[in-house]
Amino acid sequence: MNLTLKVWRQAGPSDRGRLVTYEAKHVSPDMSFLEMLDVVNEDLIARGEDPIAFDSDCREGICGACSCMIDGVPHGPDRGTTTCQLHMRHFKDGDTITIEPWRARAFPVLKDLVVDRSAFDRIIQAGGFISVNTGGAPDANLIPVPKPDADKAFDAAACIGCGACVAACKNASAMLFVSAKVAHLGYLPQGQSERDARVRNLVMAMDAQGFGACTNTYDCEAACPKEIPADFISRMNRDYRSALLKGDA
Amino acid sequence: MKLDSAVPSGPIETKWDRHRSEMKLVNPANKRKFRVIVVGSGLAGASAAASLAELGYSVHCLCFQDSPRRAHSIAAQGGINAAKNYSNDGDSVWRLFYDTVKGGDYRAREANVYRLAQVSVNIIDQCVAQGVPFAREYGGLLENRSFGGAQVSRTFYARGQTGQQLLLGAYQALERQIGLGAVKMSARTEMLDVVVRGGRAVGIVARDLVTGVISTHSADAVVLATGGYGNAFFLSTNAKGCNVTAAWRAHKRGAGFANPCFTQIHPTCIPVSGDHQSKLTLMSESLRNDGRVWVPKTAQDRRPPSEIPESDRDYYLERRYPSFGNLVPRDVASRAAKAACDSGLGVGPGGLGVYLDFGDSIRRLGKSTIEARYGNLFDMYKKITAENPYEAPMRIYPAVHYTMGGLWVDYHLMSTIPGMFVIGEANFSDHGANRLGASALMQGLADGYFILPYTLGNYLAQAGNSQAKEDQPEFVAAASDVKARQDRLLGIRGKRSPDSFHRELGKLLWDKCGMARNAAGLKEALAKIPAIRAEFWQNLAVPGTGEELNISLEKAGRVADFLEFGELMCRDALVREESCGGHFREEHQMADGEAKRNDADFSHAAVWEYTGEGKEPNLHKESLTFEHVKPSTRSYK
Repeated sequence: MNLTLKVWRQAGPSDRGRLVTYEAKHVSPDMSFLEMLDVVNEDLIARGEDPIAFDSDCREGICGACSCMIDGVPHGPDRGTTTCQLHMRHFKDGDTITIEPWRARAFPVLKDLVVDRSAFDRIIQAGGFISVNTGGAPDANLIPVPKPDADKAFDAAACIGCGACVAACKNASAMLFVSAKVAHLGYLPQGQSERDARVRNLVMAMDAQGFGACTNTYDCEAACPKEIPADFISRMNRDYRSALLKGDA
Repeated sequence: MKLDSAVPSGPIETKWDRHRSEMKLVNPANKRKFRVIVVGSGLAGASAAASLAELGYSVHCLCFQDSPRRAHSIAAQGGINAAKNYSNDGDSVWRLFYDTVKGGDYRAREANVYRLAQVSVNIIDQCVAQGVPFAREYGGLLENRSFGGAQVSRTFYARGQTGQQLLLGAYQALERQIGLGAVKMSARTEMLDVVVRGGRAVGIVARDLVTGVISTHSADAVVLATGGYGNAFFLSTNAKGCNVTAAWRAHKRGAGFANPCFTQIHPTCIPVSGDHQSKLTLMSESLRNDGRVWVPKTAQDRRPPSEIPESDRDYYLERRYPSFGNLVPRDVASRAAKAACDSGLGVGPGGLGVYLDFGDSIRRLGKSTIEARYGNLFDMYKKITAENPYEAPMRIYPAVHYTMGGLWVDYHLMSTIPGMFVIGEANFSDHGANRLGASALMQGLADGYFILPYTLGNYLAQAGNSQAKEDQPEFVAAASDVKARQDRLLGIRGKRSPDSFHRELGKLLWDKCGMARNAAGLKEALAKIPAIRAEFWQNLAVPGTGEELNISLEKAGRVADFLEFGELMCRDALVREESCGGHFREEHQMADGEAKRNDADFSHAAVWEYTGEGKEPNLHKESLTFEHVKPSTRSYK
């Protein structure tokens, strides 16, 4: 099939940027979206033009590197799917597709479709961990974890940190990302001793990094390629209120 | 080049414990004065950087990805082995050691493997304390499964995303140290050279991938945790960014490269669908627990699988290996699939595929049981191929997955350049010629959490501060080498993209140095690679400049290194006149087509020394002796 692409091109952080139209010809339905962009880039290089910069690494939906707003939807039209796992059979011959970077104040554009998501790392630095050093851990079976809790912790820990939740949100809020980390560690007995401090520190860091507030539209849940449920946000809000009521610890 | 494995004396069971108490210590007050650079942030790199910072060293960690959390360890699916014997089925440190040495086809160093099996139990404790959500039984204790043909259940897992969860544990430990100011993290930064001064590794040259700024960094020790070289083949299950550059540049500065021909081809991957293919996707080998592998009995049978009756199907693994059946180790399963396709029995586009059929299991156990076990894998298969594996069998084909070869290291994980340590997949030490399932995660974390923190301290306590500074001539010269090479790549302004050269090299390596190799093919590859390299340096197209985010330039530098490395891989495969593990030489096989090892002549690690541009490398050998696991023919019949 043949497609028309409107791709955001921006030479660097200080460039204004604009949409540029490209033709993608002879696209196979078995290609992934990024393989389609690879082919477009090979054509650009052959013509001596700068290829479209985009992030990608594992190409199997787990590293969280790839991004792209595809026709205004993070990771495109296939629900629960990253851009690298989106296949061209979801598009029709003759379609026009608009491809843009994540848009959020906390995720500045570096070039074309590449944004800086290091704000997520800085949030984790503020408390997205259990404070144990290497060595001296007790036997792994010493603390039983009820299976339902372990399963819920896993559901939350499945977050790949891609930032689709922020890109989908009209307020560019990072609540789904942060609440998933709060839930992952909060469901486990190992995470209890720092539970109050963790939620306070993570929420403070999230605000400091310039993410917006949550107004419960659940666009984040709809956009999440790992289908992390927005229930974790209400759970985090409960944890946060409880931590505040207990006061400074 | 002198190869001293530095294995401590004494009985194998007590070597590590005794050595740990004899190694030199760095005074706690002095640790912060030692600067350690860790390159890479996967399981090995992140766990090492975090653990070293916890001890008090000044750590600088770099990764080329935009966040340390994205390193390719994250994609590991199956699990991590540990000799906990929680299943009460007779597992022990000894048994895990034995299985690993045997599985590696007797080409690993016994003392290292024993230590790996020993510390495996500590890894699980550490990860659980960090909050890694392993699978659990209803009683709340950890669940284990049998994996990769092991006779005991020693594999811990977190659904099909074990690597992700272990990496997030290490990543969070690393971020904690970054937040405390104990680790300086440079993401989107690629190491392009190692700086050697007075015979000691004292720093690196790196490029900021966003601004293009080339910088030098001095240190007292350098740790490479830069992963494997599977992307030499272009198509592999590795991430797009995985590369050999850091290891190769270190090799050119004096680090011996061991067993580069030992590559693992994983039997259960989704077949290539067309020329656009950018990578291959692994389907966890746990699928072979319930799937049956078959091909039609007659070549060119174009009927859909549902119309091929039982009598016309060849379940070749069950036929050839009645006792292990579909669960034979990876190298055996891969070669059998290749043999079936080579004789024209392959299925799907191009005849490069075999069926992995769940029909019998679904009839026996019900669809819901199969869905509970493999639901996410079935969904992934359907997403990629648009075929429903609940109704029709999957099509699978082997793909490059892991590299057992790597930079040579001694018992302390130090390379032949003093002060440069190599951990995880980047080193060569523990898996011999074939890695068993669920052992890569174990080795990465063993090296980073529980071995390097001791052995690095032992080195620093004796070697002292390096007194290295960025204004010393060795740093200036290394940075100018890197800049000159980059200018050369940018200055060619030819017609072909880096990817086009990479694909050409990859196809050649896959054809001549892939699942089966022979002398004629390897010689042909050795003649062709220099020609591809020559064209690369005359006809490469890299648009843009070096002072910006330039993905073509990044790729070009990596492809240039693969074009040199690929030659070494073929050379190593040519001189290893035997078949062992992942290395199958067609000239060396039994009458029934099984691999024929040659212990009399090849019970060694082949370690290559770089001797200069265009010169033949020197081959050194580390002899391997097996005092505890006596070499025998691996038979899975």
